Amino acid sequence: MSRLVRASDIGMVGCHVCRLVCAAPQPGEDAHCPRCGAGLHMRKRDSLARTWALLIAAALLYLPANIFPIMRTQSLFSRDDNTILSGVIELWRAGSADLAVIVFVASIVVPMMKFLVMGFLLVSIRRRSGWALRQRAKMYRVIELVGYWSMLDVFVVALLSALVHFKVLSRVEPLPGVIYFGLVVVLTMFAAMSFDPRLIWDNRDNDD
Amino acid sequence: MEAPALIICEHCDTVYRRRPLARGEVARCARCDAVMERHQWIGIDGQLALIAAALVVFVIANIAPIVSLGFSGMTSETTLWGAVITMWSDDTQVVSVLAAMTLFFFPLSQILIFGWLLYFARDGRRAPGFSQAMIALYYVKPWSMIEVFMLGVLVALVKASTYFEVVPGVGIWAFAVLTVLITIFSSHDARSLWDETRETPR
Repeated sequence: MSRLVRASDIGMVGCHVCRLVCAAPQPGEDAHCPRCGAGLHMRKRDSLARTWALLIAAALLYLPANIFPIMRTQSLFSRDDNTILSGVIELWRAGSADLAVIVFVASIVVPMMKFLVMGFLLVSIRRRSGWALRQRAKMYRVIELVGYWSMLDVFVVALLSALVHFKVLSRVEPLPGVIYFGLVVVLTMFAAMSFDPRLIWDNRDNDD
Repeated sequence: MEAPALIICEHCDTVYRRRPLARGEVARCARCDAVMERHQWIGIDGQLALIAAALVVFVIANIAPIVSLGFSGMTSETTLWGAVITMWSDDTQVVSVLAAMTLFFFPLSQILIFGWLLYFARDGRRAPGFSQAMIALYYVKPWSMIEVFMLGVLVALVKASTYFEVVPGVGIWAFAVLTVLITIFSSHDARSLWDETRETPR
């Protein structure tokens, strides 16, 4: 197999919108793709700083998202506030273990994995690590692919609130926790988008 | 118009000479193993047919009740917009806007923009506003969450079924079909339209 050449080494750049292979812009030059007109950048702008900022904001909001209840179930004699985790437990006890696992993965495992993996990728890039490059690249692709499934619980609360409306007998209402959770998902999606996976392969101390 | 000769892996910046892919073939990056390109197995007419179907199903999914609940003689049903409006009036406006965007406006604009592009692409032409439309499509794509909503409907159904009588409505089937159509589309890279069309001579 011939040696693999990287675009940045030979003065080329791929348009991030239409993929046209273009000549790389000079530093400071405001270049646009000749085909689709989108701005051309060698790497996503301020990728590391932006990703850190969005990731930290998301992690901070993740606390109230889990501590505060997301949904209230009210009936004539009882009132029951559920957090994300207690909703999963309730689903498990009701005999739908499979769905409980799905919700647990979407609402707890996926966001946690996003924080850990993105944080790890950011740190390893800062350290110019040449370790497990392909695996780290793969980690990012998985995170990017599964991230938006965390919105699952938000939609469940919205649907139940709209459906369970039986006057005083039985009602479901959304509670503020669901707002925090929705924002966490959006912020982590922006964090994944502002991360540039090409940085994993840039500036390594030990080359492959 | 023939395809450009080079392709760059978006995940690691490696440059490759592009070659035509056979049916079912996938081009993977030798450095980072990311998928660069798949064989585009649906022609433009086929894609347009799927988009037209998606539009019809999308309308049904938004009009028909998704599910109805029965509880001591009362019934209650909801549509997607019913859920959006409830979230708005129950003081969770942020969630209401999120749901309206990711389940209605973004998927709808995706369908309309893609349909518009494909309609012109049938004769190899570029629709008016082609590049703006292609850029919009690129930015809207990650924010369309119909598949997630479909799973959410199922979870909500199971949760509700412990206390209520649950009757699935037409809407739930429409969302299921829409999920299948979207899955087919997401295996397809809209950016191939750049290669399949040429600028209309003025």
